Amino acid sequence: MTNEELKQRFTELLPGAIYDETGEFLNVIINSEVLLPFVKELRNNDTLSFDYLFCLTCVDWKDHLMMVYHLLSKDHKHTVVVKAKITDITNPEIESVSSIWKTANFHEREVYDLFGVKFLNHPDLRRIFLDEDWPGHPLRKNYVDENMIEI
Amino acid sequence: MSALIEEDYITEEGEFVINIGPQHPSTHGVLHIKAWLDGETIKKVQPHLGYIHRSIEKMSESLSYRNFIFVTSRMDYISAHINNEACALAVEKGLQIEAPPRAQVIRILMAELTRLASHQLWWGATGLDLGAITPFFHAFREREAIITIMENTCGARLTQNYMVPGGVMYDLHPDFQKETKAIVKQVKEKLGEYEDLLTGNVIFEQRTKGVGYISKEDAISYGCSGPTARASGVSCDVRKWFPYDGYDKVVFDEVLDTGGDCYARYMVRMREMVQCCDIIDQLIDNIPEGDFQAKTKNVIKLPKGEFYQRVETARGELGVYLVSDGAASPYRIKYRSPNFSNLSALEHMAVGGKIGDLVAIMATLDLVIPDIDR
Amino acid sequence: MKLLLAYSFANLTSAIHSGLSGSMGNETLVLITEMVITGICLLGFLVILSFFLGYMERKVAAFMQIRLGPNRVGPKGSLQIVADTVKLLFKEGLTPDASDKFLFNLAPFIVVVTSMLVMAPMAFAKGFQIWDLNIGILYVSSISSMGVIGILMAGWSSNNKYSLLGAMRSGAQIVSYELSIGLSLISIVILTGSLRISDIVMSQQNGWWLFKGHIPVIISFIIFIIASTAEINRAPFDLAEAESELTAGFHTEYSGMKFAMFLLSEYINLFVVSAIAATIFLGGWMPFHIGSWEGFNHIMDYIPSSLWFFGKTFFIIFVIMWFRWTFPRLRVDQLLNLEWKYLLPISMVNILLVTLIAIMGWHF
Repeated sequence: MTNEELKQRFTELLPGAIYDETGEFLNVIINSEVLLPFVKELRNNDTLSFDYLFCLTCVDWKDHLMMVYHLLSKDHKHTVVVKAKITDITNPEIESVSSIWKTANFHEREVYDLFGVKFLNHPDLRRIFLDEDWPGHPLRKNYVDENMIEI
Repeated sequence: MSALIEEDYITEEGEFVINIGPQHPSTHGVLHIKAWLDGETIKKVQPHLGYIHRSIEKMSESLSYRNFIFVTSRMDYISAHINNEACALAVEKGLQIEAPPRAQVIRILMAELTRLASHQLWWGATGLDLGAITPFFHAFREREAIITIMENTCGARLTQNYMVPGGVMYDLHPDFQKETKAIVKQVKEKLGEYEDLLTGNVIFEQRTKGVGYISKEDAISYGCSGPTARASGVSCDVRKWFPYDGYDKVVFDEVLDTGGDCYARYMVRMREMVQCCDIIDQLIDNIPEGDFQAKTKNVIKLPKGEFYQRVETARGELGVYLVSDGAASPYRIKYRSPNFSNLSALEHMAVGGKIGDLVAIMATLDLVIPDIDR
Repeated sequence: MKLLLAYSFANLTSAIHSGLSGSMGNETLVLITEMVITGICLLGFLVILSFFLGYMERKVAAFMQIRLGPNRVGPKGSLQIVADTVKLLFKEGLTPDASDKFLFNLAPFIVVVTSMLVMAPMAFAKGFQIWDLNIGILYVSSISSMGVIGILMAGWSSNNKYSLLGAMRSGAQIVSYELSIGLSLISIVILTGSLRISDIVMSQQNGWWLFKGHIPVIISFIIFIIASTAEINRAPFDLAEAESELTAGFHTEYSGMKFAMFLLSEYINLFVVSAIAATIFLGGWMPFHIGSWEGFNHIMDYIPSSLWFFGKTFFIIFVIMWFRWTFPRLRVDQLLNLEWKYLLPISMVNILLVTLIAIMGWHF
């Protein structure tokens, strides 16, 4: 499906979504509360069939956090980037998608470890790289550590 | 690393927990695996990561666009050149320039040589894990020759640091064509020896056939890529799906298999070595003349936006997700590493088998731990 | 009875005996002196043997792996093993705190002593046996099974779950493969009609059993080689020491001289198993005779019998070493599968065949 057709389908599913086509992929920006039903439909619908989640990450924009999901369909060969905006930066929470794509399990643990985003209904939410009692979340922009050096 | 938590030690009657690693007698790296065993059968496998976490992503946020490329050599150090290629291509995407044809062909040649060397090391290490020590020496004989070619051109054996946004750093060594032709000829002959030593061996087949099965749907769901996914029938070669650097002008096959077990993953990599030799043969006599580097400013600043570049390393799809806000350093870099997703499928494959099977599965998954931990 | 022109050591031993009885008076004293001399000779032989086997293993491995092996210490690296032994002597022999100290210290000695005891009925050359007892084969088979006790003791007393796992795997493996070895030995005993080793060797005067007994004996021989490689814990059956899986198995906690004892016993076992195969299937010290070709046989007799014996033994040792550097390792359940589902049934059918050819006289 082309980007136009995809935009049409998404608007049917979620009228309030914002689209950004300045990059090479079609970006869909939604609120974090409506993530789970939206991506479930993306996965299970046969004409959309986004079965390959190839990148799951988070970007810290200082006043909000943006969860980024890159999705590819192996059958139809179209790509979409779903961005879920988390506005509460002191206590960020979002639904886990590990029930839909099993690869999200490890990726969400990494985001929890380095950004502090809590994933609801995740089967095993623990820090993956750092110690359990490490203070803070290193990839946040407001992270300070006495060992950091200015270069 | 995680401290002691209760979930780590809950066992049923008759089970016990053993630690495999973090120090290993083979070249995987520092991977710590906790296995819950009932006799010899595995009930649960939990990898513990973070022993070599160097915060490469955070570090790159304070490095310039020319420097951050070389930190990635230390990620998947066995196919270091291809990692660098991904970063350089991401920056070129942002600057909207293309490397000149000569640079593109040089990049492909170096990438295929790297892939060949990486598969050689994997083959030796697989033999070593399964108890056959001799293949290790035979594999390294070929790898030494390839690494020497790299040293002549790039200056380094393992972490080549040969990429710049816009092309490559130096021109080819004058003896490059002659030496490469010789090594490709040698590898093609010796692949027959490799078949004799390991592939056709009854003991080897018994240890790998039917072991560590993963179906096509599960491979896609776990995000597997590279030979791990191709052995389950998933077509995912980035060089075919999203060609970069002139790969669409080269003729080669994407090697697929439907077995889904350790033996299928093994055969996929063996056949890929033949494909690498074919690609090198096509290009080695037709290297175009011209510049080896496109002109770029000294201080590179990418425009505001996001750029995603994917390449096919020896282990799978490496993705570089670059977010720029117009400054001289990246705002956020995420490396989608192939080994991270391949590792998440380990528990699925290993449960129900024996410890010997776990070793065989890790050997054929071809994990490099610094790539996982970044 | 055809004339054997080979030199017989019986002359030498009886000369020593009469010399000693002449100088001392008491028969018991002479006997004890002879035992002491024999013991010292045997221990000296075993030490030199282990040096030689260690060197041979490393050189064979190296040439199969396209490298040189030891080539610095001594001429062509021949003193490398001496250097290794001196290094092991200087290492600290650490006993873990929570281990069962008595058993921990006893285990290596049991393993080494049982290996050495099997040397007693071996016939090294004509007339050169330490103890030619009438149940030679039975003695060999039973004493070699006692080595398992030492291994299990080592694994248990280390108080380490990896050692225990390794020891239990090893114990299961050795006990299973004992059966196939026993049945292979019995096949030759049936053909010869005697358990005495000197009888078995003399019965091969007109040709080695491997050629006289054609198909069933060839099957026995192959089964014997496979089963004895498993007995002595060598690759491809060495999962008790599988480095890439469980550190070092039952001897993980041992260091220093006690560790060297385990290595020593492995090499002595290797020699013993090859010597038995050489004696029973390939004729021991008996030169290569073909039926009643008198002229050929007389020429063969000029080569000394000890040379025949050691030549055959080292050939089999080379084959067993060749296995190690060629094959990957078997998984533990595949190993036990091999024994119980394949080797044992084949051995049992083979025994019937051998009995048949022995009764009907269908061998050469």
